Amino acid sequence: MNAATGLLKRTPLFEAHRRLGARMVAFGGWEMPVQYAGILDEHRAVREHAGLFDVSHMGEIELRGSGALEAIQRLTPNDASRLSVGEVQYSALTTPDGTFVDDITVYKFADDRYWLTVNAANTEKDFAWIREHLVSNAEVKDISDDMALLALQGPRAQEILEKLTSVDLRTLRYFRFVEGQVIGIDCCISRTGYTGEDGFEIYIPPQHTVTLWNALLEAGTPVGLQPCGLGARDTLRLEAKMALYGQDIDDRHTVLEADLGWIVKLEKGEFIGREALVRQKANGISRKLVGFEMCGRGIARPHYAIVSGSQSIGEVTSGGPSPSLGKNIGLGYVATQYAAIGTEFDIVIRGQSVAARVVRTPFYKRAH
Amino acid sequence: MVPEGLHYTKAHEWIKVEGDRGRIGITHFAQSQLGDIVFAELPQVGRVLRQMEAFGVVESVKAVSDLYCPLTGEVLEVNSSLESSPEQINADPYGEGWIIAVHIADPRELANLMSAEEYKAFLAAEEH
Repeated sequence: MNAATGLLKRTPLFEAHRRLGARMVAFGGWEMPVQYAGILDEHRAVREHAGLFDVSHMGEIELRGSGALEAIQRLTPNDASRLSVGEVQYSALTTPDGTFVDDITVYKFADDRYWLTVNAANTEKDFAWIREHLVSNAEVKDISDDMALLALQGPRAQEILEKLTSVDLRTLRYFRFVEGQVIGIDCCISRTGYTGEDGFEIYIPPQHTVTLWNALLEAGTPVGLQPCGLGARDTLRLEAKMALYGQDIDDRHTVLEADLGWIVKLEKGEFIGREALVRQKANGISRKLVGFEMCGRGIARPHYAIVSGSQSIGEVTSGGPSPSLGKNIGLGYVATQYAAIGTEFDIVIRGQSVAARVVRTPFYKRAH
Repeated sequence: MVPEGLHYTKAHEWIKVEGDRGRIGITHFAQSQLGDIVFAELPQVGRVLRQMEAFGVVESVKAVSDLYCPLTGEVLEVNSSLESSPEQINADPYGEGWIIAVHIADPRELANLMSAEEYKAFLAAEEH
C-alpha cells in the first residue's frame, strides 16, 4: 500500500493486462497481474517457448559522480570494481549485521554512472538507506518513475527479440546489457532474468511500454510466447533457487546464512556489514537456507515448521509444486547440522509431520 | 455455471441431495478463483462431520483453501481419484471433480444453504 494515499500503484500496462483477462493482485504496493491463462500453463510456456512479464513495479536507483563506485562498494558486499561498462552484478544492500536491506542488481553504464535495480516494495527504503550512507562526490536519484521494465524469458526469447531490434543479441552474454533501440524506441536491453531461463529484461520509458508489450506479443505469439504473471514468476524462480526478498532473505538473516556467500567479497575492503560477516565466517553459521523436496504427500508453504522428531529445527520460507519436476519443493532455514544434501527432516503441514529431504539446488537447471 | 437443483454454501461448496445421501464438491466459481488445483487432502470414510465443519483442503499452486461440509453427516465415500488427479476439480467441478459423499443426518439443515438463485445473487454481491 502507498502509505500516503492508501492506493495501489499501477504500471502503464494495467489496462492491457485487464484486456488479456489477467487476475490482478496487490504486490509490493502495486496492482499486478498474478496470472492470465493459468500459472501452470504460463510456467510451461517459459520453460518450453517464452513468456512476457510486466515487471515495471521494480525500482531503479541511479548513482552518479566520481564517488559513485566508492558509494556502491561501501553499500554492497560484492565487488563492483570488477564491473566493466555494460556488465551487471547480483549483489545486496547490507545492514551492519550482515543481513539484507534488499537484494539488487548493479549496472555499470560508465565509471561515474551506475544503476541499481531493486525490489518494488523496498524502493523507498533503499533510496533512503543509500542517501543516508552516501559518500562525497556521489549523487543518488530514484528514477523508478522514468522507467518501465519488461522481462522476456525462455528458450525462444532471443529469436523473438531479434525480429524487433538491430542490436546483435548473439554477442550479448549473460549478465551483460546494451543500450539500443527496439522498434525504434530507446531501451536498455539486459541479458538477465528471474526464471532460470535465457532471456532479456528491457528497460523502457513508460510512455512506450504498451507499444513494446504489444509488439513483443505479436512477434512472439506464433512461437509460443505467452503473457505471464507473478504466479508463474514465483514457481519459476523457486525452481531456479532465486531468493525472494521478504520470504527467503530479509533483515533477520545474513547473506552467509542465505547461502549467498558468493556475493560476499571480504577482500575488497570495508563495506557495511563486513565486520559481522567476517565474524560469522570465522565462527561458523548456526543456520542455513537449504532446498528440499517433499518425500511424503503435501505441499510446504512459507512459515511451516521444520522439525526433526519432536525438535524444531527451522522454518519454510518458500514452497510449492515444481511444475517442471513434478515434485513439491521448498526452501527453508535449518540448523546447520541438518543442511547437508540428503538429510531428512519433517515439515509440519496442518499438524501432521510429512517427510522431506535436503536436495542439491537449483532444483531446475536449463540444459542449454 | 451455477447448476439448478444443488444447494450452496457461502464458502462455495455445493451439495447434491439424493435421498439420504449428499454428494459434495466446490463450485465453478471457487475452482476458477483458486486456479490450477494441485493437491487435495480428503477425510477418512466414517468420519462424522457437523454442518460447516472443515473436512479437508484443496491447494492450488499458490493458495491453500479449507473445505466445509454443507450438512451434518457421516462420510460414506471420498473421491480418491483426486489424490492422483486433483485437476479434475478444475475441469469438472460438479461432475468428476466431486469430493465426498455423506449420509445426511438432518435434512432440515438444508434451510441454512442457498438455492442456485440465491447463490448467484451472493456471487454478484461478492463481486462488488
